Amino acid sequence: MTAVARPGALVAGAESAGHALELRGLSKRYGGFTAVDAVSLRVERGQFLTLLGPSGSGKTTILMMIAGFVAPGEGAVLLDGRDITALPPERRDFGMVFQGYALFPHMTVAENVAFPLRVRRLGRAAREEKVRAALDLVQLSGFADRRPSQLSGGQQQRVALARALVFDPDLLLLDEPLSALDRKLRAELQEELKALHRRIGRTFVSVTHDQEEALSLSDQVAILNHGRLVQLGPPEALYERPRTRFVAGFLGHSNFLRGTVREVAAAGSVVQAGGTRLLQRDEPGPPGATVLLSLRPEKIALLAEGEGAENAVAGSIAAWAYLGAGYSLSVATCDLGVLHVALPAWRAPIAPREGLPVRLGWSAEAAVPVLEDADAA
Amino acid sequence: MPRDAAVLPAAAAPRPGLALPREAGWWLLLLPAFLLMTALYVAPILQVLAISFTEPTPGLGNYERLFTAAGVQRVIGTTLRICAVTTVVALVLGYALAYVIALASPRARRWWLLGVLLPLWISVLVRAFAWVTLLRRQGLVNEGLLAAGLIEEPLKLVWNEFGIVVGMVHYMVPYAVLPMLAAMREIDPRLLAAARGLGASRLTVFGRVFLPLSMPGLVAAGVLVFIVSLGFYITPAILGGGKTLMAAEWIKLQILDLVRWGMGAMLASVLVVTILATLAIFARVVDLRRLFGGGH
Repeated sequence: MTAVARPGALVAGAESAGHALELRGLSKRYGGFTAVDAVSLRVERGQFLTLLGPSGSGKTTILMMIAGFVAPGEGAVLLDGRDITALPPERRDFGMVFQGYALFPHMTVAENVAFPLRVRRLGRAAREEKVRAALDLVQLSGFADRRPSQLSGGQQQRVALARALVFDPDLLLLDEPLSALDRKLRAELQEELKALHRRIGRTFVSVTHDQEEALSLSDQVAILNHGRLVQLGPPEALYERPRTRFVAGFLGHSNFLRGTVREVAAAGSVVQAGGTRLLQRDEPGPPGATVLLSLRPEKIALLAEGEGAENAVAGSIAAWAYLGAGYSLSVATCDLGVLHVALPAWRAPIAPREGLPVRLGWSAEAAVPVLEDADAA
Repeated sequence: MPRDAAVLPAAAAPRPGLALPREAGWWLLLLPAFLLMTALYVAPILQVLAISFTEPTPGLGNYERLFTAAGVQRVIGTTLRICAVTTVVALVLGYALAYVIALASPRARRWWLLGVLLPLWISVLVRAFAWVTLLRRQGLVNEGLLAAGLIEEPLKLVWNEFGIVVGMVHYMVPYAVLPMLAAMREIDPRLLAAARGLGASRLTVFGRVFLPLSMPGLVAAGVLVFIVSLGFYITPAILGGGKTLMAAEWIKLQILDLVRWGMGAMLASVLVVTILATLAIFARVVDLRRLFGGGH
């Protein structure tokens, strides 16, 4: 309620208007099924956090517990250190963009956006002023008198955003905000959403199963699987240093190499994988340990005749596909199984065809050790 | 091969005797039903309309009585009043029921629906007499209230307008529930969650989102209940005890007891026209196809 009383526009200045959200040991069971299992995390004020996971990973349940629609079985939700676990959704003052937008079909765009102000009994003049500002913010000023059914998907999405932001909420929750849109529009709105977040400086919590969306929008990404938080961090850190096999495979693509640590030295470690000795800059484990390495397809290069690399392996192309920007190659090697390689198509050194012998190479920093998911639990 | 070649052109050419347009076949299929409807339904109604203008003497004499005879006006007034009260009460009860059913779990919903539809399978005659035994002077309700010391002497619960309304509401509630339930089931539950998430209390969510979105069902149910109520005969005859006359019973009285065919036919025609006019007006407001189970 205090947020509404604050006059002024939606756009925050340099001072961050967001609030910090903390989840402590959040769990939810439905009968024998554990939807969310002891999830703890913290979102700093003004940050954009995305909960990312496959369907059934518990991400939506977590969002619903933050919003107050689902009561946690255990644990607490804290806003700026204040426990709000028992607060009903309408008293949390969180803006929310629902999956499919949930615009009220019997109201115009302006009435939809005015709804949160109306239920807060804001005066007519102030209400109209704020609705206009919110519609300006999402560039829909000319659409105030339309019905939601007369708008395109992208426009509906913006109305839902304006409606969620018009009352200066403490927190903006987004449930699969872009999933109903086609690919091109989605990319466009991703940019807009990101710009909006920077401009108004509020704390956003989003849920998605789209890894691209998570990487491009977020300051922090929380990866969930089977109700557990697997890894939390900035997108680059998650992509470059995945903690487990699941994270490496879910964010982008990855090859997995299993081997045994032979030597650990200052210059690097040697991992024996089949008959191939792999050089690793970091220390994947003590000598004798079995380790799993994640190697991204774009970090493997095609070696020219006589060219050397810290790690090199020979093989032949088993399958390939042209993807416009690049080729996707599946290379059969004798020791390491099939390796997937992403090769830029522009000035590609070879013309791929099945059976073509190639040599693959990658540096000692390219592969990162990851945990098996069972070990990570 | 030559044999095949000879057959093909013959099959492709239209047969001379059946050169009707394709759709004609469908209309022919409908013809028996159409003739049956015309012979058994439309023709008698037209005949009733004709009688109202011809008996006992040709002219508008019967319709003149609408404006001059206090008896006719009283019957029409009573009918409209009872139907209006019935409609309002049935809508209020039906809305509450439909609301509970719409928000119930699928399992509970089946039981609720069974409970709502069960009365439809019991004869209207049985139900009317059941109400008489409940509501009469020595009935269960009066005896119970007397025994509890809440009243000094039995209440007049039956053989008056109150009794008629009770019986008619009981009959009409399922008809009120079904269109409203259909409208409520179409409301996206996420809208209700969205409204609460945006700061609306449960009561506000109902008033600003649920009620407006269920309004088409409410209007449809109102029209349906009112129209069906206008033609009620058995329930008012039994629960009114002959003292409160509604249109249908009055028509029967005119035709069978007083043999005034013209007057009976006149009021019957007025009823039919009223019903058609009501439908025509509300067809502009709500989607009638949805009301009668079509649409989608």
